[in-house]
Amino acid sequence: MVLCWIWTCLVLASVSFGCLGGRLGIVSAAALEGASASLELCLGICGAVCLWSGVMEVMRRSGLASLLSKLLKPALTLLFPSAGKDEEALEALSQNASANLLGLGNAATPAGIRAAVRLKYLTGKSSSSAGDELCRLVVLNSASIQLIPTTVCAIRAAAGAEAPFDILPAVWLTSLISVSAGLAAAYIFARLGKACKRP
Amino acid sequence: MNGAVALIIAFTAVFALCRKTELYPALTDGIKDGLKVIYKIFPPVAAMLTAVYMFRASGALEILTDLLRPALAALGIPPETAPLLLVRPLSGSGALAVATDIIKQNGADSTIGRIAAVMAGSTETTFYTVSVYLGAAGIKKSRYAVPAALVADLAAFIAAGMAVRLLFGSA
Repeated sequence: MVLCWIWTCLVLASVSFGCLGGRLGIVSAAALEGASASLELCLGICGAVCLWSGVMEVMRRSGLASLLSKLLKPALTLLFPSAGKDEEALEALSQNASANLLGLGNAATPAGIRAAVRLKYLTGKSSSSAGDELCRLVVLNSASIQLIPTTVCAIRAAAGAEAPFDILPAVWLTSLISVSAGLAAAYIFARLGKACKRP
Repeated sequence: MNGAVALIIAFTAVFALCRKTELYPALTDGIKDGLKVIYKIFPPVAAMLTAVYMFRASGALEILTDLLRPALAALGIPPETAPLLLVRPLSGSGALAVATDIIKQNGADSTIGRIAAVMAGSTETTFYTVSVYLGAAGIKKSRYAVPAALVADLAAFIAAGMAVRLLFGSA
């Protein structure tokens, strides 16, 4: 829905500014250029995206992903104290986190949803507002913590980067700061919410 | 860092061999899934890139960039990445399209190109994620989930500029 608005606004703004600047011809040409550039992009990154998806599938089937999820459990217990006491919730949470780290988007979402449903069950079935741990799960998932963002690296390779993967340390540092900031914000907002409720 | 990918592939292969996993079918099945991903992202990427190219050709992008320049410069964010900041939380494939455009325009190995890549690689489609998880759990009041997730996004945008300048020097 939001995308309908954004797309329409972009096109209308382009046409209005194009008219004002007498560049409507250039804008028309650019529309076709953009469409063909999209095919170029998809073909350019297709091989790398497919290769990584293949390697990921090997990681999943060989049990490497579940090994990682076992290693993550202690850290997740700290972050999700009540879910840490529940085997089912912890299992789903750690699968979600390990799939996110490895970039297994297709596995991360179902595990995350299972974790979300379980977290809600643990906080009380009737409640229709998100508990603190559920909010933390959302923050953790919306701040990407991917070890190797292959799609972006593939784009860099297609654009002629000399060493497409040289951004990895910068990506890790940025992800770490982003996740910490998100969790800190969640903690502060939770405190503020409780302080407001108290008379 | 560039050797990392080759090492990961080799390590995965050896691990799979030790665990007696059928490596080759798993690999090709995964590659097939990769094709599906490309098939799925092409339509939104085509739609968004068309609009982005028109927007840039009309000169509107330059005006938007100039408008946001003071605010973004104060945060250490290159104003050229402004479109990415606006699209990133809303659309994953849109962000991919916008990031590609910024990387192409400024050069993959330029500071701005690297910052755009780091921004795209260290953030997620926030609104999509929030709606999927809370929707699945049947939550109506998201409380502070959206603002906290947006704080994480903003932190990533600021940190991307800092991290790239720190690790690559500000060229």
